[in-house]
Amino acid sequence: MNDGLMIEVANLTKRYAGHTAVSNISFTVGHGEIVGLLGPNGAGKSTTMRILACYLPATAGTVRVAGLDVFRRSDEVRRRIGYMPENNPLHLDLRVREYLMFRARLKGLNSENSRRRVETVMEQCGLTEVSRRIIGQLSKGYRQRVGLADALVHEPELIILDEPTIGLDPNQIRSVRQLIKGLASAHTVLISTHILPEAEMTCNRMVIMYEGKILAAGTPENLQRLMSHNSQIIAEIAAPPDELRECWTQMREIDQFDVSPCQGEYFRCALTPHDGLDLRAQVYELARKHGWGLRELTRSRHSLEDIYVQVTRPEEEEEEEEEEEEEEEA
Amino acid sequence: MRTYWTLTRRELGAYFLSLTGYIIIAAALFLMGYSFVVILDKLQHGRTSIPVTELFYNTEFFWLILLPTTPLITMRLFAQEKFSGTFETLMTTPVKDLEVVLAKFTAALMFYTVMWLPLVGCMLVVRHYANDASILDAGVVGSTFLGVLLLGATFVALGCFASSLTRNQAVAAMISLVLGMSLFLLAFLADRFADGANWQAQVLACFTLFDQMHDFARGVVDTRAVVLYTSLSLFFLFLTLRVVESRRWK
Repeated sequence: MNDGLMIEVANLTKRYAGHTAVSNISFTVGHGEIVGLLGPNGAGKSTTMRILACYLPATAGTVRVAGLDVFRRSDEVRRRIGYMPENNPLHLDLRVREYLMFRARLKGLNSENSRRRVETVMEQCGLTEVSRRIIGQLSKGYRQRVGLADALVHEPELIILDEPTIGLDPNQIRSVRQLIKGLASAHTVLISTHILPEAEMTCNRMVIMYEGKILAAGTPENLQRLMSHNSQIIAEIAAPPDELRECWTQMREIDQFDVSPCQGEYFRCALTPHDGLDLRAQVYELARKHGWGLRELTRSRHSLEDIYVQVTRPEEEEEEEEEEEEEEEA
Repeated sequence: MRTYWTLTRRELGAYFLSLTGYIIIAAALFLMGYSFVVILDKLQHGRTSIPVTELFYNTEFFWLILLPTTPLITMRLFAQEKFSGTFETLMTTPVKDLEVVLAKFTAALMFYTVMWLPLVGCMLVVRHYANDASILDAGVVGSTFLGVLLLGATFVALGCFASSLTRNQAVAAMISLVLGMSLFLLAFLADRFADGANWQAQVLACFTLFDQMHDFARGVVDTRAVVLYTSLSLFFLFLTLRVVESRRWK
């Protein structure tokens, strides 16, 4: 019935008094995937996660985790989920080990299993040396690891992490990412973030949300390919410009080109290949054949950053910017 | 059941891991000792046949301790967890709403009981210096503590309810103080109707907490009072449960 799917979200809508946080979204996540929910603040990522974690009810639509409806069989679903909310709330008055023991017991582990699992997750998250410290006195990086350890302690099938790297320094971010990547084999992971490189680095698949809707979904490569029809090849070649133009016109893979003089005898050629093809090898071959000097050959691809900005930037903002630019020019 | 005990232990522990618990106990202890001095002073001016426990509850100190401390004990129960966000991590574990409510109530009531324990010490002091073992009757002491416990359960349940309504501890404390005071003042309203035999007077007469506590302190266990306090506690716990569940209705 669940077709090997860990999460099935169908036509999910969540309305709060006065505004719609999530409107009619659908997506699925398979077993063992790491999926990133990506979007600016207020896009509905946290709401979606809270519904998945059985904290909030959906206004409409169905949400299943491991084939179980999150509303009707909430108890069983909660047993299978390790959830770390935004800002990672913890009991600051407890020691690390005490807290994890408490959480393990709450999640239904018996005392022997709790002890065993707490030791394991503390090791996994690098908490062993701070196990006797009070959580309130730990640095943010360590607290985040405590939150992760808590999410892992009952060996859940699905781990939901809401902005797990927010507010950390680059080193801490790297170690948390490493940890998340390490989970991939045994668990399904859903993480949310508004930082794109994070999703790009850790996730197999991304779902880009904006204003409660899904704008794009797919693997990072697919999303890139989607946009790559705009990619360009830049080559700086020392050759007579006419010959260059001639060559580019003859190459059938090139839709458009532009040749402009550069320093010295070099000319800068900006080539727009058909269908985003990578023509660097051909260009090099051409230069070699003619004995032309070649000092730069790059392919400028739209990074996911561009895609992200493009799909999530409000239209008004773009217009405003354009207007501003026009004003400045005037 | 296991989650219930885990939660209760955690809630009870939280009182002693922060300063609040100690401050509440210290304040209660100070007031208890102070009222004890006042009682001893009274006793020095002549013999009395009134039981020591009754003497204690005839002073206003009992209510001065009960009314402000129960909101202080209960204000953090839900409000703090909602404020810090740990309520979310709590409710996304496989716990039942009922377990959460009962565990928090139990822990608060246990703390409340601990707070009253020094009173036993005061009574032992009286017995020691009175050179008269019969001055403290076990039955009377027992019924006094039953009264303290039952009244405490009512006010703690009320505080639980107030705390579940908000994410601000101060607001929770104020709500439960106002509700608690109103309940307490019903006794005086009932006094105004004392002669009337109409139904209002009869209803109000059931809520004379002041007199009922007086009875307990004299060693009289009135079933009506026991039923009233138990059902009031259950009523407020039920309301709390509904508030906790209401998250799922929206």
